[in-house]
Amino acid sequence: MELNLLIGGAAGQGMETIMNLLGKSLVREGFGIIYSKDYMSRVRGGHNFSRLRIAPGTPWSNVETVDILVALNEETYFLHRENLAPSARIIYDPQDFNLPEQESRGVPVELKSLAEEAGGKVMANTVAVGALLVLMGLETNTVESLLEDTFAGKEGAVEKNIAALQSGYDAAASYCSACFTLPPRNESGKKLFIDGNQVLGMSALASGCRFLSAYPMTPSTGVMNYLAAKSTDYPLVVEQAEDEVAAINMALGAAYTGVRSLTCTSGGGFSLMVEGLSLAGMTETPLVIIVAMRPGPATGFPTRTEQGDLNFVIHGGHGEFPRAVLSATSQEDAFYRLNKAFALADRYQTPVIFLSDQNFADTHRSVEPFDFSRLNYDLALAGEGEFEKPYKRYRASKNGVSPRILPGEHAGEVVLIDSDEHDEQGNITESAEVRRMMAEKRMRKLQGLAEEMDEPDLYGDPHPEVLLVGWGSNYGVLREAVDALSEAGTKTAMLHYSDIYPLPVQRLQELLGEVKKSYCVENNATGQLAGLIRRETGLQIGGLILKYDGRPFLPREIVEEVENDL
Amino acid sequence: MICKAEDYLTGKTAWCPGCGNFAIRKALAEALAELEIPSHEIIIFSGIGQAAKMPHYIKTNGFNGLHGRALPPAVGSRAANKELKVIVESGDGDSYGEGGNHFIHNIRRNPDIAHFVHNNQVYGLTKGQASPTSDPGMQTGVQVTGVSIPPLNPLSLALTMGSGFIARSFSGEREHLKETMKEAINFPGYALVDILQPCVSFNKVNTFGWYKQRVYYPEIEDHYDWNNAMALTRQWGDRIPLGIFYKSPRMTFESSQLALEGEPLVRRPFDPSRMASLQDEFY
Repeated sequence: MELNLLIGGAAGQGMETIMNLLGKSLVREGFGIIYSKDYMSRVRGGHNFSRLRIAPGTPWSNVETVDILVALNEETYFLHRENLAPSARIIYDPQDFNLPEQESRGVPVELKSLAEEAGGKVMANTVAVGALLVLMGLETNTVESLLEDTFAGKEGAVEKNIAALQSGYDAAASYCSACFTLPPRNESGKKLFIDGNQVLGMSALASGCRFLSAYPMTPSTGVMNYLAAKSTDYPLVVEQAEDEVAAINMALGAAYTGVRSLTCTSGGGFSLMVEGLSLAGMTETPLVIIVAMRPGPATGFPTRTEQGDLNFVIHGGHGEFPRAVLSATSQEDAFYRLNKAFALADRYQTPVIFLSDQNFADTHRSVEPFDFSRLNYDLALAGEGEFEKPYKRYRASKNGVSPRILPGEHAGEVVLIDSDEHDEQGNITESAEVRRMMAEKRMRKLQGLAEEMDEPDLYGDPHPEVLLVGWGSNYGVLREAVDALSEAGTKTAMLHYSDIYPLPVQRLQELLGEVKKSYCVENNATGQLAGLIRRETGLQIGGLILKYDGRPFLPREIVEEVENDL
Repeated sequence: MICKAEDYLTGKTAWCPGCGNFAIRKALAEALAELEIPSHEIIIFSGIGQAAKMPHYIKTNGFNGLHGRALPPAVGSRAANKELKVIVESGDGDSYGEGGNHFIHNIRRNPDIAHFVHNNQVYGLTKGQASPTSDPGMQTGVQVTGVSIPPLNPLSLALTMGSGFIARSFSGEREHLKETMKEAINFPGYALVDILQPCVSFNKVNTFGWYKQRVYYPEIEDHYDWNNAMALTRQWGDRIPLGIFYKSPRMTFESSQLALEGEPLVRRPFDPSRMASLQDEFY
């Protein structure tokens, strides 16, 4: 039992307002939801839509079926007509357009006129929410209290919006009241309604991040927006850099001086950052970089999703230096995983990349509240008495990590870092012997990082015949595909990588020989994880299920590919 | 406390005999000694080039970063710990060429940084190509028929961008250089000192003698006089003025950041108990 909503229209028509209001109120009422956006790279016009799915527990992925369609323009109806369930309903404004005569599922609601009657055209979205509520058999009170929160202090705005909400509710009631049954509510207490970028921003702040420098780039900008909004209340500086080159170098300066620092970008911006990434590796400066992937090459699809930069973030940057690459299974996992990125960066004094993508960044889910006590905020500095004087920034050590102190914090001691090859003191050198020693010291840190990597998450049948391998934001859709295949009688499991590099290999090595069929499922055209696995282990994943049209996988697509092959 | 210039000198220099960098290094050490700033309370940021080796030869904290990228980490550092004095030392290629975008935008940003540009009008480390400030006509192994594009005028540019402190000095006038450095270090905001410097190996036009014959000290009565400053920045050729042409503090990067009120960020205790409430807005 589940319900799938789709709201579509032109950019600027306010689909997001409707979804945020509705999504949050559904979560407050105890429903498990997922809500993702499909939008064009334009400010006005075009066709944008959002899907919201309500399902028992918390749904992992959206699906194609549409039970309630809110068509803010005619195009929306025609574009999504094929996916309408037989029992579907279509909310539309009959003053804008009419549905074809043979279409019997329409719920005409004069969104604009009713909004004007309530006090202003701008509230057409609130009217639509009212109509949606009555179709789902919900009362208006939760949305009303949300409107009170949203418009608190704005003269008359609450009353007008509530009037608009009620008018939409009443208008739709005569056509279809409670004609959909909702899945059961979750009993397990309050949940958050939050998207990927917000989770990452919150995790960064709660991890003690005090400096973000970035250049705005979709789909990473949400992280910057979140943190900028917090910078008035928390000890945090957010600086919009003149370019990504400056962004990463600023963050390195702040990190060197002693605060946890972050930069965020997408593939094109990361291209400009790789020089600085190499500097982080050479100077052994902790830094976290969030790379929110979108389809490339070049400008590609600015607002869409892909997993095309895995090879790039693993190999980007001149020379050889240690790094870690992490991603996340879900909004919940990302909160702790980004914190791990900060902890690893400090512990190993090296850059750590968190790979996000548009599908993760812009997707809201209902999630359990986070446990902030699990977060690490230890800069792993050497205290007085824990380093030799005079201080040597690059002192040789068994694990490659040198005691780190901050400039200015120890009288008489100075901290020198250098992008040239350097000696233990940090001074420029051309010595072959020192070079060898330093290269080995740096690369020893990779062994430590490898031991910190979590093995991939195993879900599904404990003795599978079919194994799906994936990473990053595909966790949810893979899970749904595993469930669907298992229900249809194929013993299926998935192996999902969150910590990707250095690649954890043990679980895969144990499992791959046991299965009849294996597939790597990736949002790219070349199977980059499969390639990484082959390079690191010599193991060949049986087949590739790839999608590179800029849209996230739907469970059906994976299930069909597997079933056609079996 | 170290108060002797010699105590700031460290390392074995790798510059050519007769290089203007020696005098700049000495002037910097003297300036720091006279200002009585302890080594550990200073950070020198640099890029790449002969001038950018300074962090290895002056005993302070040092961040010898990438070519053209000395300013951005210096800004990040100001955010992290505003109590440390930040100096950027780099050449003309680094500051005005590779780092041109950072130069422009940090004038706007106005962080409290003293930027000392060793301007020898040539690329030394890569052996003698034209720099953004090379005079037209200068022949090099790359500009084989002579430099054909006009030079960048860093001081005019900085002035038009709203820089609050603009000065020119010369490595051959060490006393003046030292005093100018002291003023720049004490200036609250971005302070640019363009330091003329002969390159004995690669610039056969703008030699020590060439500069020495031309430099002079104009009378500057009013350091707030923007038009007079602009006229001085545009003088080049037979006579080249030295001095602090313009000095007018304005809002700094640090003072515009709410988070930088009070203790430096690096020393603020982390309060995890304030964090759990972050999720309240998402219920």
